[in-house]
Amino acid sequence: MADTSRFPGSTMNGGQKLAMKYFTVAIALFGAQILFGMLAGLQYLYPDFLFGVLDFSINRMLHLNAMVVWLLFGFIGSVYWMLEDESGVPVVGLGLANLIFWIFTLAVVAVVLVFLLVQVGAGDMKSIWLITEGREYIEAPRWADIGIVVCVLAFFYNVVATFTKGRFTNIAGVLIVDLVALAGLYLAGMFYTPNISMDQHWWWWVIHLWVEATWEVLVGCLMAYGLIKTMGVRRQIVETWLYIEVALMFGSGILGLGHHYFWIGTPEYWFTIGGFFSALEPIPLVAMVVHAVFDAGHHKMKSVNHPALAWIIAQAFGNFFGAGVWGFMHTLPQINLYTHGTQWTASHGHLAFFGAYATMVIAFLYIALQKWRGNVWMGGNLEGAWKWKWAIFLLHVGMIGMVMAMLISGYEQSQIERAIEGSSWMGYFAAQGHPWFIQGMYWRSICGAVFAAGFVLLAWDLLTIGKKEARPALALQGA
Amino acid sequence: MSQAQALWWASESFWRKTAIWVTAVSFVVLIFLTFDTVKQITAGSKRVPAYSVINQRIEYKFDEKRNFQAPVIGREEPLFGKKLTEQEAEALVSHGKMTTQSKNCIDCHTLLGNGSYYAPDLTKAWLDPVWGSKESREEAMVEFLMNPQLVAHNGIGRKMPNLKITEPEARAVVAFLKWMASIDTNGFPANFKSIDQADAPAAAASAAPAVQPAPAPAQQ
Repeated sequence: MADTSRFPGSTMNGGQKLAMKYFTVAIALFGAQILFGMLAGLQYLYPDFLFGVLDFSINRMLHLNAMVVWLLFGFIGSVYWMLEDESGVPVVGLGLANLIFWIFTLAVVAVVLVFLLVQVGAGDMKSIWLITEGREYIEAPRWADIGIVVCVLAFFYNVVATFTKGRFTNIAGVLIVDLVALAGLYLAGMFYTPNISMDQHWWWWVIHLWVEATWEVLVGCLMAYGLIKTMGVRRQIVETWLYIEVALMFGSGILGLGHHYFWIGTPEYWFTIGGFFSALEPIPLVAMVVHAVFDAGHHKMKSVNHPALAWIIAQAFGNFFGAGVWGFMHTLPQINLYTHGTQWTASHGHLAFFGAYATMVIAFLYIALQKWRGNVWMGGNLEGAWKWKWAIFLLHVGMIGMVMAMLISGYEQSQIERAIEGSSWMGYFAAQGHPWFIQGMYWRSICGAVFAAGFVLLAWDLLTIGKKEARPALALQGA
Repeated sequence: MSQAQALWWASESFWRKTAIWVTAVSFVVLIFLTFDTVKQITAGSKRVPAYSVINQRIEYKFDEKRNFQAPVIGREEPLFGKKLTEQEAEALVSHGKMTTQSKNCIDCHTLLGNGSYYAPDLTKAWLDPVWGSKESREEAMVEFLMNPQLVAHNGIGRKMPNLKITEPEARAVVAFLKWMASIDTNGFPANFKSIDQADAPAAAASAAPAVQPAPAPAQQ
């Protein structure tokens, strides 16, 4: 453990100590996500690899669920990190919060073990309750769903009680409203119906309204706090921007839900509504780029924490390209008819989740570690800075490479499987066996290995950054 | 002078109000649309037929007016040769759907285009030419679901693992797939070429264009 009393301002508050626990689990699950992703990727090239032992469906499920959970842990940790600082009072109910952390973590471990060892069940409600719910992204069995709701409610209580007792800032207000929506929406995913159209209709309330609305606003709150902390941006500026982002994000994202309602049995009016509003969805992301880059320029890139600022800028661009541009490319029904359910979607998903969310959590990890290591210098000429620089470089090269490779495979699939062959089984395999598709899958695996190397370097850097640093952190006015 | 105050459109309070209004209005519109959508996708509606539709032939034909393919409900053609009541049909389809969930089908396949991309889309799997002929289709599907690992069904060596699907589960999954094929998905997948479901020449001559459940001509 680091010496936490090296420089003034290095004393960690209760919420921050708890945040470090969440961050530790988050980064471990990030590693698991990459591992299972690589296994699933290799199965496209070598179908017999782990066949019957750890099938594609299991690897893919673990790949995605590890991601959802590590990002949630990262977000929860980040909120606990800023809670006392932002409200001016100690976290209310910290004992409960610590207990909940352990329950949450044990539940995640139990679910992962069941996924790995039991895998599938019989076609009855017992399987839905104990093994898997079998619905993409929210495969966790029902008991775990209820557990997640309980944990999130406890977390929500900490946040609301602390802000109500202390300073209720604009960031606090947005955050609380957002958490209400985030927790409430999860309930939309907790029921069984034989009607697949109804199932997917409500399922998208959870998936879309989380990922394309409430998570984005949550990240906006974290970004606002992060800009204040790393560069000393004036509170009034970030909070005004936060409201602009909320207006644009919810204004486009809520009805943008309609772009998932083109082909699942839902009425034709969603073509117009979904197409129009989802086409607007990149606008708030442009606003976020302008905001972050303008502030960074205004402060002449002078920041307390270079790695955190680098990841914040990476978030602004990653969010814009991954969620905005890559989403826009196939959001209109006229093109989506052919791209829906192809590697095109996988390409978008990878860049969007990494660009919008992974980057933000990593930025917070660096903000946290700076204090953890004793409020040390993390500006220019940082000791061992090559590690964080190479980590961010390799992670981006690996991710962009994977995204491009999948996009090319997706183009080919849209052409051959969807447009020419009309999505029959034979058409599907004609597309999967085409050299253009296979090339894409090879490059995806190669770039996945580059990404994994970047992760190893990132983990090493997180374990060591600032340990040998003898200078105190740069002091900012207003930070 | 306070230039900042003059810029009302750049003020925090203006954007707070805007954020609240925009969010509230969007949400109200969404709720309003949700009521209508839920009504239209309830089983038994025009877009999402009742579960007993598995008693009939389901086709996927080009609709001139809408300019894309749409499901057409045809003459009586009970699944596994047994006509079911609405309750029986719902129970069977539900068992099938639950099986697709407990076996995690969606983490390899796509259903209505959503899911994973490692295996074919199942939206119109019931109508896929891969099953050979309409006479052998039902049994071929059941057999495949129970022992998929035995069949080399593509040139790239990809196989479906054995998921320990029992015969009742397999039959239920087939019922679910037949029912799913009847959902009006606004023309997705496009350009789909269906399995040949035409009647033998003698029967075809007398077959009515649709809907009228002809007094069950003997099934081959």
